[in-house]
Amino acid sequence: MPLELFTTGEPIADTKAPTDVPIGERWSERQFRGRLVNPANRRKMTIIVVGTGLAGGSAAATLGEAGYKVKSFWYQDSPRRAHSVAAQGGINAAKNYRNDGDSVHRLFYDTVKGGDFRARENNVHRLAEVSVNIIDQAVAQGVPFAREYGGLLDNRSFGGTQVSRTFYARGQTGQQLLYGAYQALERQIAAGTVEQNARTEMLDLIIVDGRARGIVARDLVTGEISTHFADAVVIASGGYSNVFYLSTNAKGSNTTAIWRAHKRGAYFANPCYTQIHPTCIPVKGDYQSKLTLMSESLRNDGRVWVPKERGDDRPANDIPEDERDYYLERLYPAFGNLVPRDIASRQAKNVCDEGRGVGPGGLGVYLDFAEAIERLGRPAVEAKYGNLFDMYAQITGEDPYVTPMRIFPAVHYTMGGLWVDYDLQSTIPGMFVIGEANFSDHGANRLGASALMQGLADGYFVLPSTISSYLADGPFEKVDESHPAAVEALQGVQEQTQKLLNINGTRTPASFHRELGQLMWDLCGMERTDEGLRKAIDRIREIRQEFWSNLKVGGDWHSFNQTLEHAGRVADFIELGELMCVDALHRRESCGGHFRAESQTPEGEALRDDENFAYVAAWEWTPEGQAPVLHKENLEYEYVHLAQRSYK
Amino acid sequence: MAVSGIVMVLYLIAHMIGNLKAFSGAESFNSYSAWIRTVGNPALPGQTTLWIIRIALLVAVVAHIWAAVSLWRQAKRARPERYVTKKAVAQSYASRTMRWGGVIILAFIIYHILDLTTGTVNPEGHDSTPYDRLVASFENPLVTAFYAISVILLGMHLRHGIWSATQTLGQSNRRREKTVSAFAFGFATLLTLGFLLVPLSVLFGLID
Amino acid sequence: MTASMQSSVGNPGAEKRGMNLTLRIWRQQGPTAKGKMVTYKITDISPDMSFLEMLDVLNEQLILQGDDPVAFDHDCREGICGMCGVMINGQAHGPQQTTTCQLHMRSFKDGDSIDIEPWRASPFPVIKDLAVDRRAFDRIIQAGGYISVPTGTAPDAHATPVPKADSDAAFDAATCIGCGACVAACPNASSMLFTAAKVTHLGLMPQGQPERNDRVVNMIAQQDREGFGGCTNIGECSAACPKGISMETISRLNHDLLGALRAGARPKS
Ligand SMILES: Cc1cc2nc3c(=O)[nH]c(=O)nc-3n(C[C@H](O)[C@H](O)[C@H](O)COP(=O)(O)OP(=O)(O)OC[C@H]3O[C@@H](n4cnc5c(N)ncnc54)[C@H](O)[C@@H]3O)c2cc1C
Ligand code: HEM
Ligand code: HEM
Ligand code: SF4
Ligand code: F3S
Ligand code: FES
Repeated sequence: MPLELFTTGEPIADTKAPTDVPIGERWSERQFRGRLVNPANRRKMTIIVVGTGLAGGSAAATLGEAGYKVKSFWYQDSPRRAHSVAAQGGINAAKNYRNDGDSVHRLFYDTVKGGDFRARENNVHRLAEVSVNIIDQAVAQGVPFAREYGGLLDNRSFGGTQVSRTFYARGQTGQQLLYGAYQALERQIAAGTVEQNARTEMLDLIIVDGRARGIVARDLVTGEISTHFADAVVIASGGYSNVFYLSTNAKGSNTTAIWRAHKRGAYFANPCYTQIHPTCIPVKGDYQSKLTLMSESLRNDGRVWVPKERGDDRPANDIPEDERDYYLERLYPAFGNLVPRDIASRQAKNVCDEGRGVGPGGLGVYLDFAEAIERLGRPAVEAKYGNLFDMYAQITGEDPYVTPMRIFPAVHYTMGGLWVDYDLQSTIPGMFVIGEANFSDHGANRLGASALMQGLADGYFVLPSTISSYLADGPFEKVDESHPAAVEALQGVQEQTQKLLNINGTRTPASFHRELGQLMWDLCGMERTDEGLRKAIDRIREIRQEFWSNLKVGGDWHSFNQTLEHAGRVADFIELGELMCVDALHRRESCGGHFRAESQTPEGEALRDDENFAYVAAWEWTPEGQAPVLHKENLEYEYVHLAQRSYK
Repeated sequence: MAVSGIVMVLYLIAHMIGNLKAFSGAESFNSYSAWIRTVGNPALPGQTTLWIIRIALLVAVVAHIWAAVSLWRQAKRARPERYVTKKAVAQSYASRTMRWGGVIILAFIIYHILDLTTGTVNPEGHDSTPYDRLVASFENPLVTAFYAISVILLGMHLRHGIWSATQTLGQSNRRREKTVSAFAFGFATLLTLGFLLVPLSVLFGLID
Repeated sequence: MTASMQSSVGNPGAEKRGMNLTLRIWRQQGPTAKGKMVTYKITDISPDMSFLEMLDVLNEQLILQGDDPVAFDHDCREGICGMCGVMINGQAHGPQQTTTCQLHMRSFKDGDSIDIEPWRASPFPVIKDLAVDRRAFDRIIQAGGYISVPTGTAPDAHATPVPKADSDAAFDAATCIGCGACVAACPNASSMLFTAAKVTHLGLMPQGQPERNDRVVNMIAQQDREGFGGCTNIGECSAACPKGISMETISRLNHDLLGALRAGARPKS
């Protein structure tokens, strides 16, 4: 690897997890050892929380309840619109309500294995422990989970597991969980413990004496750019899948909050770990702005297939049973259609590459419910998946009850994010990162129904407990907008904003975003190669050049200007895209969602290289023109033994 | 709104039945009119019962109008800037005409009292019997037409009003919705027909 | 061949492509500015586009011409966040009972003229063009649209079984996405359906019982304070609601309200 792409720095390690006690006791031990802030002092401390998704919403509500002064920020009009609202399938918890052999340990084990041995054992175990409390909390809030006729909660199974531990609310689990957190948050706003800053976008982090002490944010309605201060900053701004332009994320989902914190010194871990979800509605045209997920739960009853012959363009229903290839059932008899996402996605890509894909451009596979409809009856299928089928029909104009759905993988989730320790604190003291925004607990691949679990675990239970250890040193010296660090940050943001407006070139932010996304998908998507990634890095640098010399935004920054918002986000995506490619290039193994063509088993499965790559890659930003610095956090597996993942 | 509406509805039921006595001749009709003025006598002096009814009605009408006007004003304040284009989807003709329909009904009631109760605008004057006034009025096709239009409007007002009142009183639900709707429709139609019968019969000479 | 999803895809609607449309769009610089309808011609619109993708196309052109693009709210573009919403030819979210982002151009014909306006209600002031401020909804929730259960105090989830029928009905009401189409469509600009959906959702769950009376009186008091109109049971709201929230929820709210008032519950001032 040529030197100029990155340099290697000191290793990094988590020092907060008490590894001197067995894994099952570490979380309670950490809570015990951590310091507390007494209630009278909490009132004197302010915490900024950026984001109101499952992670940020639950954290802000809980911190407000605990008596801290919370300032909450989000870019939409209402906290209820955070993209967690879109999660469909469900949330895992080790309740073992099905008596099918589930346990905290099994959830822990499945998640470490599912993450292809690139997650931290300590964090994952804590996640599994806390999972049960989440369900209790949500039910008490009135979340209308699916229930059985006896009045008890229903469960279903999700990819990568053989037990039924997924709680769900029809196809709208994220929505219902988010509304629970949102309502708790609104209750705190009414109680005066949480200050709300709607339509306000974080654009920089303010660091004073080495501690995160505030943010610079722009009021998207008035355009005013201002500074906000606190004793600690929590970032819960969600994932960065939109670097691919087309993804299942919301249009406003961005990397800006974490990227600018990264540029202020927070390490960015595993940026290349992205999850490609196997069941999305395929792309139709070049005007397309967004991809829509069809919940993975569909794979419980839907069967995935393509024609056996390449180029078979008969309508699906005309292809006889023995000329169909149910390739997941064939290749993975034990898990069948329920293999983990990375595997299902890659196999879909493989059959399409073989020329057996269906639909426009041969980029799709069938997800067929004919057998389920026959077995369960149409009403039962409707009850289970009705809203998803309607959504599919609405978007494609086809009736999935009659013809099989066509699906194709799409970027969906980013396992990478800001590096945090066991306390969820980043490398900048006083800045905590929770939810999808951190690099978290999923290693190189996230199992279905675990992101909701992680977001709520972080927000309701983990962060409110760990942050007190940090705040026990506070309250810190007052800072206000006259502090040099604040002035510098504010001016920096104003200058960059003005710069975007001044270029006045000939291309819109969307056109750059599209081009970047296309490049990332082609060269840093489902399959990555040394050659492709190098090409991508060169090309991204050119795009960046052109962006800063040929962008056209229009309007000013003293008013509602959606083009300007987009431009700022694209600027960050371009820089992030480059780091993702560098990360993908340096990791010359395949693991989970990161598939390097050079590293595969004879059967075409991802081939890990534990000897050389069993670490978290935490990247340090360096000023313009210098290569980023790689810090490695070694991963050790005490409780789950490193093994080749097998779902056969 | 719902309560005052229902009070008025109850009165209308009684009133319609009373009106239908016109078919059993002048005697019966007039004696009904006299009866209502003297019922309860001698325990209750003079026209007590009638006045109780009148006061109840008046209170209901005032309350109803007051509620209607304040809702109307609230709606105006809630949408000061109107749509350039607005399409109604679920609104029935009945629900859309609640307000102006109500105003017309009010005008009708005033005219109606001046016509048949006080006789002020009645060709027979106020010294006649109710039955004479009735016949005199409805022999004029224009008056009958005005009555008919008003009564039909009232029917529509009630069709929506009854369904609306069950909603407002929290008595509707998915299972009942159809029944309530059907009942509102049936009831409003019955009442409308009942009220139409007398004026039309007079007009066509069935009653004279 | 690599599976490239973005460029190598032909447009299956290609032969159908080429709808030409006349758009009349409400343009308003800011909250206090005066607005007006402005006409735009747009060509070559694919029937497979979503309504918002059609507006994207228009905006890309406007930006490049140096004109101000049309501001409109949107985020998830999959019908779940409730951020999008405009009046399309006089109907909230347009001619189908779905969200604006899920409306597709196949609902229109070549040559059509489409009027696009913002939600109109004084509690939803216009921010710019088609974007309005709907935070009044959040304040209605703040008034009582929650169950008070501090984190960590919950009993085991199976401690209280909930009859499936109640839970399912609660879910139906809980699917309200807070888009505001009900207000926009209601001739009285009433927020009754939105409020009723939340009152119904929480009122049907056993966990929601302790605060049931206070919840309904306070939420109603707040919606009046916000300046929404009163409900006269017209039903436009439910017909426009992309989540099909039923009129039954309004009846249920009224039922709870009367019960609460009878039980002596009074709004906090
Ligand atoms: C379509 C879809 C389906 C999914 N289904 C499932 C599922 O079934 N099960 C599962 O476990 N997971 C699922 N996931 C993943 C899961 O939903 C997400 O990972 C998770 O909800 C993220 O929550 P979050 O709180 O971290 O972020 P988000 O919910 O994305 O919230 C981000 C918040 O940050 C704010 N914000 C962002 N940037 C800024 C900024 N610069 N300034 C100020 N505020 C900002 C936003 O306003 C928002 O409030 C799904 C994801 C998608 C996209
Ligand atoms: C005097 C003129 C009248 C006016 C201006 C008027 C107006 C209205 C209005 C605006 C409504 C509310 C619409 C709604 O709830 O859907 C209403 C409802 C109603 N009206 Fe009238 N109305 C009048 C007379 C009457 C009469 C004479 C009756 C019955 C005999 C009546 C019965 C009802 C009923 C039952 C309702 C439904 C109440 C509810 O929804 O709670 N109204 N009226
Ligand atoms: C169309 C058929 C109707 C006929 C034939 C009719 C007949 C009469 C008569 C004869 C009287 C006088 C009774 C008396 O003085 O003893 C009267 C009174 C009255 N009618 Fe009617 N009526 C009709 C419809 C209505 C309707 C539709 C309403 C209400 C919306 C109405 C409301 C009243 C009222 C309020 C009075 C006055 C009662 C009082 O104060 O004594 N009538 N009507
Ligand atoms: S009730 Fe329906 S229309 Fe009203 S806000 Fe909720 S989802 Fe939107
Ligand atoms: S349309 Fe309006 S009047 Fe009531 S029933 Fe719906 S809120
Ligand atoms: S953009 Fe989210 S519902 Fe339309």
